[in-house]
Amino acid sequence: MRPTDTSDPEYFHRVVDCQYACPAHTPVPEYIRLIAQQRYSEAYLINWESNVFPGVLGRTCDRPCEPACRRGRVEEEPVAICRLKRVAADYKDDIADRLPKAGKSNGKKIALIGGGPASLTVARDLAPLGYEMHLFDAQAKGGGFMRSEIPSFRLPESVLDEEVGYVLDLGIKATFNTFVDSLQSILDKDYDAVFVGSGAPRGRDLPNLPGRNEADKNIHIGLDWLANVAFEHVKKIGKRVIVLGGGNTAMDCCRTSRRLGGEEVKVIVRSPFADMKASDWEKEDAIHEGIPILDNHVPKEFVVEKGKLIGMRFEKVEAIYHEDKRRELVPTGDEPVFVPCDDVLIAIGQENAFPWIEPSTGVNFTSSGVPVLDPLTMQSTRSNVFFGGDAAFGPENIITAVAHGHQAAVSIDLFCRGADLKVRPAPDVTLVSQKMGIHEWSYDSEPVDGKREAVPLVELEKALKNRALEVELGFDLETAFKQAERCLNCDAQTVFVPSNCIECDACADICPTTCISFIENAPEPELRKNLLVPATNEEQPIYVSEKLKTGKVLVKDEDVCLHCGLCAERCPTAAWDMQKFFYNTAKAAPILGDAR
Amino acid sequence: MSYIKPNFRHPRLPENALGHTVADYDGAISTLCAGCGHDSISAAIRNACFLSSIPPHRIAKVSGIGCSSKMPTYFLGKSHGFNSVHGRMPSVATGASLANRSLTYIGVSGDGDTASIGMGQFVHLVRRNVNMTYVVANNGCYGLTKGQDSATADHGSISKYGEVNSFDGIDLASLALLQGASFVARSFSGDKEQLEPLIRAAMGHNGFAFIDVVSPCVTFNNHAGSTKSYEATRDHLDVMPLDFVPMREEIRTQYSEGTSKSVTLHDGSVIYLHKAETGFATNDRTGSLTAIQKAKDDGRILTGLLYLDPDTQDLNHNLKIASRPLNELGKDELCPGSKVLNSINEGLR
Repeated sequence: MRPTDTSDPEYFHRVVDCQYACPAHTPVPEYIRLIAQQRYSEAYLINWESNVFPGVLGRTCDRPCEPACRRGRVEEEPVAICRLKRVAADYKDDIADRLPKAGKSNGKKIALIGGGPASLTVARDLAPLGYEMHLFDAQAKGGGFMRSEIPSFRLPESVLDEEVGYVLDLGIKATFNTFVDSLQSILDKDYDAVFVGSGAPRGRDLPNLPGRNEADKNIHIGLDWLANVAFEHVKKIGKRVIVLGGGNTAMDCCRTSRRLGGEEVKVIVRSPFADMKASDWEKEDAIHEGIPILDNHVPKEFVVEKGKLIGMRFEKVEAIYHEDKRRELVPTGDEPVFVPCDDVLIAIGQENAFPWIEPSTGVNFTSSGVPVLDPLTMQSTRSNVFFGGDAAFGPENIITAVAHGHQAAVSIDLFCRGADLKVRPAPDVTLVSQKMGIHEWSYDSEPVDGKREAVPLVELEKALKNRALEVELGFDLETAFKQAERCLNCDAQTVFVPSNCIECDACADICPTTCISFIENAPEPELRKNLLVPATNEEQPIYVSEKLKTGKVLVKDEDVCLHCGLCAERCPTAAWDMQKFFYNTAKAAPILGDAR
Repeated sequence: MSYIKPNFRHPRLPENALGHTVADYDGAISTLCAGCGHDSISAAIRNACFLSSIPPHRIAKVSGIGCSSKMPTYFLGKSHGFNSVHGRMPSVATGASLANRSLTYIGVSGDGDTASIGMGQFVHLVRRNVNMTYVVANNGCYGLTKGQDSATADHGSISKYGEVNSFDGIDLASLALLQGASFVARSFSGDKEQLEPLIRAAMGHNGFAFIDVVSPCVTFNNHAGSTKSYEATRDHLDVMPLDFVPMREEIRTQYSEGTSKSVTLHDGSVIYLHKAETGFATNDRTGSLTAIQKAKDDGRILTGLLYLDPDTQDLNHNLKIASRPLNELGKDELCPGSKVLNSINEGLR
C-alpha cells in the first residue's frame, strides 16, 4: 500500500468524523472545546460562520454528525453534539457587534427566491462582499420551512427570529408576502444572478384511495396543515387522528395534533418500525407523548359513512428483503384492519414543484422534476440561475440546505467576477502542534468515562397544553461541561514523521486501543488483516508511513483512535506529535476572519 | 513518563482460551522514560501470558531493584508480585517456588541487579534449577543513576559522557550456560516476533529458563558509539527466529523440512526453530557456548533459543518437595501425629 499523503487536508478532515459527516463541515471539536472553556459566544460564532443557524440547528438538526462520532465506536453512545450546539446558542452573550456588516456596494444585484435556510445562507455569504441582495418569499417572515413546518414546541419562534434577523440585518432587501409566479419576471429585472431556494413545497397525496374525495373535509396534507397551524389558520383537530407516514413530518404532525385537541393520535406507516425515515429521537419523542406507531399497515380505504369520515382500512403486510437490498411489502393475508378516526393527516413525502419556472428561461429539469444542476457549483442549465436546498435535489434537511447555500454563494461570486466556477477556493486549514511540555498538551487529552445524558423535558401534561411551549429544556451548564468533556478531540491529529522514528515500539505498546502496528507492507486488504487488531471498519482510513529503517512500515488504524496523545508522549524522538487540525470550508467571503 | 491511561480498549480485541483479552493482562501505566526498551519487554510478557492463556492470578512476578525491576508494576496488574531487595530476587523466587510450586514465576531483573550486586544469588538460582522464567532487561548501563557503565557494558562501547569502556562485559547467557541452566535464550526488546514465543516457551519449560534481552536505554545509552543502542543492536543482530505452539493448540503451520527443527517440551508444547540449516543444535551446551563466542568475535549478537534441555528436573523435584503446594496442605497432613512419628522412628532403628 502506498504511503498516506497527509499533506492533502482531506485525509485529516476524514479523521474528524463529525465534521466530515456534516454537510456544512462545521468544526465540531473546536466549538465543543470552547463550550468546555465556558466561551459560549466563541463557540456560537464558529457555528454561525459554518452553519448560519446554530440556535435552530441545535434543536432541529438531523445530526448526521452523531452516528459518525468516534465515541459511538469506542463506547456505546456518541457525544450529544446537537445538544451542545444549543448550549452555545442558549448561553452566548450578545454577539451582534461581532457579526459582519454589509460590504461597500460592488454594483451587483442578486435575486433570492424563497426565504429559507439556503437563500438566507447565500445572502449571509454574499452581503459582506457588497452584493445587493433581493429576497422574495410568500410567507410573512423569513425562515421558509424552518418557520412553517417545524412546530414551535420544537423550535421557539424567538430563536428563529433572532437568527433570521442576523442575516436580514446585513442590508438584505426582503420582499415578504410575495409569491414569485414567474422566473422570467425576475430575470427581466436584470439581476446579475438568481438563486432559487424555494424548497420542495408540495406534500404527496393519496388521490386514488377510495373515499379520498368524499372525506376531503377531514383529510389534510401534512405540510400544508403544519403551515396553517404555524400561521394560526388552524387551531384544532378531531379527537381521533390518524397520521399516515413515517418521516419527521409525520412526527411533527402527530405531536402537533396532540396539542390541538387530538386525544387518540396514531401514526400508521407502511414500512416496519426500524425502516421509518424519522430520526430515532423523533420517534421516541412521539411515543413519549402517548402516540402509538402502527407499522406494516398499508392504507387501503378512507371509510365514509353518511358523508363523513369515520375511519380508515389498512392491509397488514410484512417486509421481505431481497438480496439486492430491495424491500418488498407482502400482504400477510390477515383480515383488513379498521381504525376509527375523525381526521387524517397525510405525511407520506414531499415533492419539488416548479410551475413558475418557464421552459423558455432555459432552466431544464430531469424526468423526476428536479432541475438539472452541476452538483459542485449548483449552477443550472441557465448560467446565471443557481439552485440550493430542497429545490435542488429534492427534500433533504436544513444543514444540507446551508451547505448548498455556501457552494452557490461561492459560485455566484465567481460567476459575477467572470471567473471559472470549477476552480473552487481551497478550504482554510491550519495544523499546529499542541505540545506544551513532555506530557502536557494544550487540549484536554484525557478521554473521560462519562455517559451521554438525556436532555430534560417539560412535564408532559404542561407540554401538551401549549403548542408554543418548547418541550426540550436543553442542557444546564454543568451537564454541558460533562458532555463536552466526552469529546475525544479527533481534530488533535496524530502526525507522524517517519524519518524521526527509531522503531522502539513504545507507541504501539502504549496505545490503549491497539491502533498502531509496525509491520511489513502489503496491499491494503492484506495489510488491514495483518494489524495487531484487524482494521475491519472499511469506512475508516488506515495511515501507512514511508518505509522505516528496518524495512517495515508503521500502520495506524484511525477507526478507534482516542486522540489521547499517549503515542506522542511515549515517543522518545518526537516522531509523533499531536497537532490541532482546523478545517473551514471556503465561503464566498471570510465571514468572521480574526473576530473568531 | 505519562500519567493517565484511558479505560477504553479496542472493542474487537481477540480473546484467549480463558475468554480474556490482552487488556486483562495490562498493568499500571509505565513511569519509565519514553521509548525505554523495558516497556517493550513488559508488553511482550503481557502478550505472552495472554497468548498462552495463563490465568493472571496464577502468575507471580518477582523483581529486585532498578529500572528493570520497576517493570512488573507495568504488566499483569491482576497477578501476584514481590519487589525485593537489590539483587536478592533469586532468594525470594526460590522460597516462593518451594512454598507454592503451582504458580508460574516470572523474575524480572536488570544488568545491575543480576550481573553486579545480585551475581552471587543469580548463579545459585541457576545451579538449583528453580522452576521460573528469569528475564534480564540488559541495557549495559545504570539508567537509574544517570547511565554509568554496568557490568554487561561491552568492551569498547562509548558512554554518553564519552568514556570508552575498557573492561570486558559479563555475558550472562554464557554464564548461565556454564552454570548448567536448562533453558538459555537471548533476544532484543525491539523484536517481539522472537521475544514473545521465547517467553512463552520459557514459561512452558519445567525448570530455570533464562532470557537475556538487549533493551536499549533510550536516555543514557542510545547514542552513536554505544553497542546497545537501537541502531547498533539492529545492525548487529544475528536472529534465529522461532515459533511456539502450546500443547492444546492444533499445529496448523507446516514448515518445510530442512529449514525448521522442532523441540517438544515436557508438557507437549512444541518449539519450532527456523534457520536450522545453520547446523545449530539447541541440545549441545558446548556448541552453544562456542556459537555465542564466535558471534561475539564477529561483532554479532546471536539471538534466539541458545540451549534447551527439555527433560530437566527442577528444584522441587530434586528436593522431593510435596507435589501439592504448602498452602493447600492441612493440619493433618503437616502434623500427621504420633503414630506416623513412631513408624518413622521404627524405620530408623
